[in-house]
Amino acid sequence: MASNKKYWKSEAELNPNDSIVETLRQNEFTEQIPVDEFLGDKESLSASSTNRRDFLKYVGFSTAAASLAACEGPVKKSIPYVIQPESIVPGVANYYATSIADGFDFASILVKTREGRPIKIENNDRAKVNGGANARVNASVLSLYDSTRVQGPSFEGSPMSWDDFDNRVKGGLRAASNSGKQIALLTQSYASPSTAKLIEEFSTVYANVNHVAYDAISEDAALSAYEAAYGERALADYDFSKSELIISFAADFLADWQGGGYDTGYASGRVPKNGKMSRHIHLESNMSLTGANADRRVPMKPSQLRMALAKLYGKLNGSTVGGGDSSVDGVVGQLATEIKKAGSKAVVVCGLNDVDAQTVVLAINKLLQSEAFDAEQPKYVRQGNAAKLNKLVADMNAGRVGALIIDGVNPLYSLPNSAEFNEGLEKVGLTVNCAFNNDETAQAVKYVAAGSHYLESWGDLEMKKGHFSLMQPTIRELFDTRQFQSCLLTWMGSDQTYYEFVKENWTNTILNGSSWGKALQDGTFAMSAPSVNEGEAVVLNTASEEEIDDLNSQNEISLATAIRSLANATSEGMELMLYSKVGMGDGKQAGNPWLQEFPDPISRVSWDNYVTVSKADAMEMGLVNENVANGGLDGSYANLTVAGVVLEKVPVIIQPGQAKGTLGLSFGYGKKAGMKEEMQTGVNAFMLYKDFNNVQSASIAKTDGMHEFACVQLHNTLMGRGDIIKETTLEIFNTKDHSEWNHVPQVSLDHQEVPATSVDLWAEFDRSIGHHFNLSIDLNACTGCGACVIACHAENNVPVVGKQEIRRSRDMHWLRIDRYYSSEETFEGDNERKDNLDGLWGENGSLGGFGEMENPSENPQVAFQPVMCQHCNHAPCETVCPVAATAHSRQGQNHMAYNRCVGTRYCANNCPYKVRRFNWFLYSNNDEFDYHMNNDLGKMVVNPDVNVRSRGVMEKCSMCIQMTQKTILDAKREGRPIKDGEFQTACSAACSSGAIVFGDINDKESKVAELKDDDRMYHLLEHVGTKPNVFYHVKVRNTNEA
Amino acid sequence: MKQVLNRVQFSKVFGLSLLLLFQLVSVTIHAQEEAAAEETAAPAGDVAAGKQLFNQNCAACHALNRKMTGPALANVEQRLYEDEGLGKEWLYAWIKNSAGMIASGDAYANKIYNEYNQAAMTAFPTLSNADIDNILAYTAAPPPAPPTAGPDVAGGTPVSGSGSGISNEIVLGALALVFGLLVVMLFLVNNTLRKIAEANGVEIVKADAKKRTPIWKAFVQNQFLVFCSVVVLLLGSAYFAYAWMSQIGVDQGYAPIQPIHYSHKIHAGDNKIECKYCHSSARVSKHSGIPSLNVCMNCHKSIYEYTGNPEGPSAEDLANGYTNEFYTKEIKKLYKAVGWDEENQKYTGESQPVEWVRIHNLPDFAYFNHSQHVSVGKIECQTCHGPVEEMEIMYQYSPLTMGWCINCHRETEVQVADNAYYEKIHTELSKKYGVEKLTAAQMGGLECGKCHY
Repeated sequence: MASNKKYWKSEAELNPNDSIVETLRQNEFTEQIPVDEFLGDKESLSASSTNRRDFLKYVGFSTAAASLAACEGPVKKSIPYVIQPESIVPGVANYYATSIADGFDFASILVKTREGRPIKIENNDRAKVNGGANARVNASVLSLYDSTRVQGPSFEGSPMSWDDFDNRVKGGLRAASNSGKQIALLTQSYASPSTAKLIEEFSTVYANVNHVAYDAISEDAALSAYEAAYGERALADYDFSKSELIISFAADFLADWQGGGYDTGYASGRVPKNGKMSRHIHLESNMSLTGANADRRVPMKPSQLRMALAKLYGKLNGSTVGGGDSSVDGVVGQLATEIKKAGSKAVVVCGLNDVDAQTVVLAINKLLQSEAFDAEQPKYVRQGNAAKLNKLVADMNAGRVGALIIDGVNPLYSLPNSAEFNEGLEKVGLTVNCAFNNDETAQAVKYVAAGSHYLESWGDLEMKKGHFSLMQPTIRELFDTRQFQSCLLTWMGSDQTYYEFVKENWTNTILNGSSWGKALQDGTFAMSAPSVNEGEAVVLNTASEEEIDDLNSQNEISLATAIRSLANATSEGMELMLYSKVGMGDGKQAGNPWLQEFPDPISRVSWDNYVTVSKADAMEMGLVNENVANGGLDGSYANLTVAGVVLEKVPVIIQPGQAKGTLGLSFGYGKKAGMKEEMQTGVNAFMLYKDFNNVQSASIAKTDGMHEFACVQLHNTLMGRGDIIKETTLEIFNTKDHSEWNHVPQVSLDHQEVPATSVDLWAEFDRSIGHHFNLSIDLNACTGCGACVIACHAENNVPVVGKQEIRRSRDMHWLRIDRYYSSEETFEGDNERKDNLDGLWGENGSLGGFGEMENPSENPQVAFQPVMCQHCNHAPCETVCPVAATAHSRQGQNHMAYNRCVGTRYCANNCPYKVRRFNWFLYSNNDEFDYHMNNDLGKMVVNPDVNVRSRGVMEKCSMCIQMTQKTILDAKREGRPIKDGEFQTACSAACSSGAIVFGDINDKESKVAELKDDDRMYHLLEHVGTKPNVFYHVKVRNTNEA
Repeated sequence: MKQVLNRVQFSKVFGLSLLLLFQLVSVTIHAQEEAAAEETAAPAGDVAAGKQLFNQNCAACHALNRKMTGPALANVEQRLYEDEGLGKEWLYAWIKNSAGMIASGDAYANKIYNEYNQAAMTAFPTLSNADIDNILAYTAAPPPAPPTAGPDVAGGTPVSGSGSGISNEIVLGALALVFGLLVVMLFLVNNTLRKIAEANGVEIVKADAKKRTPIWKAFVQNQFLVFCSVVVLLLGSAYFAYAWMSQIGVDQGYAPIQPIHYSHKIHAGDNKIECKYCHSSARVSKHSGIPSLNVCMNCHKSIYEYTGNPEGPSAEDLANGYTNEFYTKEIKKLYKAVGWDEENQKYTGESQPVEWVRIHNLPDFAYFNHSQHVSVGKIECQTCHGPVEEMEIMYQYSPLTMGWCINCHRETEVQVADNAYYEKIHTELSKKYGVEKLTAAQMGGLECGKCHY
């Protein structure tokens, strides 16, 4: 029976007169498809004689031709030296000792060069001061090969020869000198005795020379306070290894506080020895790297910090300090008790750029007679003088400056009053900038003298009184550049080179008969201690007794005023604390892709800076952080206002541990000029840096839109999984058996609980013969500084992938430093909470409970854990590889044969540690990834001993097999056994805190074998049974209250 | 046909006679030379002894007819006497202690010292006056004059070369001709026989021609056979395709033309120069290192021309054009590249690096270290690079495939003797494997990561 039921697809179909329905009956689409748009011009298309068949023929032919041609290898050329330099053997690395002094980073380093190219920075073990390279110093070798460098001198943008340039500048200087106007040198801090002497000589050649040192991130207050107390503009030095109690008032000394370099001393006291370790109490508003490492961290507003400091002095001194409120009294009382107990073993440091605070800190340490406190041999790594700079800007605007020579600083970017500076600049007759990049200042001045990189320069340093370092070039200038000191010599009319100048100066004043060659080889030279002390004593004695009394009484008066003003510190609105990130510093290397991609140790965000707010404040203002579907982190935008200056659209990160009512913002970002577009990230915090004060009163308001972050860590807490980071307290560590605090996970075998390490799926492979490499990571010594991450980058040709790819979790870092927050007050609290969860619902229900545990606490404990390939003896990745591209070796390394890999990524999925990295794209020679591996200059940093991986292959930490193989080969060639300490990986060599130790555990005498037998040793995810060759040491916190 | 044979014989005879002629000529030239040398040996010294002494002591810095590190020495005695008025005594003194002469302020001594970049001449106190006389006699002897005879000989040689050594090609060509003729002849004979048969009325019958199915049809009809042969064909072609494809990128025998014709045969073979004299970095580095041009100049500062083996270039060399002039021209290319001014014996500073074509190309993903093999493994260079000392043109001897590497690692024993590094591991491993000597493979030389990182 036929049905007259009518089926219809849309309502329109019911209407028989609908034109659309009618059209659709005839055609697939109602409208003509605009094929012309993608087929191009119709006329030219029809005019073409190539039809579709021809086209396909051509395609076929060219494909066949291309594949045939591919069968033949390309002709490669080998071009030897015409005259081979004696010291260079192709394929053998040379090492040179030199120093970095870029105004922010000062360190003695070793530079590894291959065929004359510097390719890696390493620590200089012979240096007693700042011998460790931080992340930025490690990355500085890449800045040498920056394709945006200024490549030759120019005048108003047009290139010029040095001869012309010099003549014009000399003419300008003479004119300025004759006119009686000031000749100003605005420079970075050099801490260089020879440069100081040179500038002195320069001022004898020209009249009215005024040298103004300027630090982008100022330590002016600390310098002034020290000057007032000790009569010299310098910074007191601290040796944290000598102290048992470290109290820090927002001093981020593991990062860049007063020039940094304190991590070695700090870490040495943090590893429990004979049941003792130092105790570190940190009071701060932002969550800093140092705060994260503290045993006890007290979030406080900067204004409270001042009050607390004043009151602490009062307590220690026995006087009463009035004023302020009582909010800090409790903490101060506890601090005072602990300090009194520790006596001279205690030290107090302060990171507020406030003369009063710094004066009081100096007074406290003096009062305590702190052993860690060294005012005798101060540090010279910061010399910036805010008052002189302000005067200079005023002079410029008043037309009193005839010539201005700028070196190593970028005031137009880093001065809060850069507009004023710019106006002044126009009134100066001769403006010269020894510029490295064509940055904001270089674009504003008339003469750009192309400056050299420190790896192309001569120089010397006195980082700490009596401790000298030399800087020597490791490569000839890549471009037509000249270092500032050579420019000065030329403009003075001297025909000496700066090398001769330095050598002469050293021979006459520093070496005192020691060998110049030896000093140059070591890179460092310490003046014998007695002579320094004598000199000091002589200087002090020449000042009459009265003068000293005078100075002392003056100091006392100023101290009293300082304490009064501190105690009465008040705050309005939000308190903004400006800080520097360990990855970016003052932004001098903002064009360095390694540093841009380096995830901040605390926030784990790369390619950005942001304002950090506390969770409570964020809730109040409606600021949010959320993870979107692809895993990327999004954050609200906010406008930040400081004294009328508005920073618009600053992305917001909700930072656990941020004191309520405070904000944090890092320097170094927001630079625009002279950089690739990819590197122009973040906002410029210097705009808010009024009076060089790192604490500002700010207001914050939410604005529209969400910012896309590139954050490499999605999950912030451990959710009570105590076996990833094992932690205990010093008390338990000292009193209980290690099975209590370093519990080996149990598994069920035949219904019996047995240690997970005793169960094996596989037969054991014999590794007892030959070398068996192990890597030890001490969570107590690791400060999370990230030098190892960059060292690994440099050693292993790890590609930079860019912000978007990082956001998609496609970061390529072989070594990452995981950062975990506790969701309770402590990690131990997390474990308890998890263990006590019971049932699904209710207060202890796991449904709500686990959700809450995902959120970090207001003031969490923080733990860092470097994770690289664990080189499992029973590696899960090996069993799933269909092509056997990854295999274990007798030496304990898990090998990865890139050329064998077909890119199934099974291994990465089966890796419990998530350390395998997949090359989603070709990251070299690819315009889409325009970082250093896309240009010939940047590629010069590539390590020739390590493959540059191609698209579609998996890669991972190789435990620096190229380094271990080299060590073995050297020993074989010399026919000798290998000594302990010879085996190194890039990360272990870069670790200046001694947290990462590498070696051969078959050598029973080795340090790593000893560490493996230590009670604190544990493997990551031991219950999985992977038997890794990387092991960790339980983190011990000194929570003993006095 | 007769004619052809005649021609071959004729060319043989012609070639042989030419050869004979050439030998006669050269013998006469030789005789003339010797006679000339004897004639001029009249002065006090013994020319032959002088020549030996000269080559031992002087030739590193002096030549007879050209400036080198020191002045040209042909007729030096006469020249000094005529130009400077200095006698033999001066020469004795100078040769025995030149530094003393300079110090004593002798005018000519200082002049010559300054003229030659103040490079002091080595003192030869061991030479007796008689020795010096012999040397002076040698320098005074008129130089042998091969250049005059040279062109004739060179002009004559190619003809005689091609004539005498009846090359394979000609033999093959002749053979082919002979066989071709045979075919034609047989065909003609066959035709003639048929014609005779026809004429004689003999009928040639093809037996059962129509009854049989042609073999190819039978084959096509047999489906099983077709299937089998298709399978065999496919397998066979797959085998050959695989074999062909696996040689892609294997450049065994690759012998590119180099910008300078450098003969390893002359250097490593004839002159027996140790490989690592030039490829010095093979001892310590992963690269064997193509020597920089200053290494070449260590010898070629004084070796400015190729004189070859005393009998003159072999026929084969001449066939390839490897004459002495050819080699000398290559040496001049070196001078140009390194910027060496022969006239003034000075570097001009205008250098042009030589772009050699790389022969041994390992892919980037394979790490190979020469020092491991050369210094530690004590492997001869020839093991991998073949008979380099016989190579006129360098070529890739080994396939450089992974199979080739692995095979060697399996077979080669580790050189553990007198190497303290191996002491412990060797005793332990040999106990484990129950062997006296360990191969590289047992040492872990087959692990992926040892070469791929």
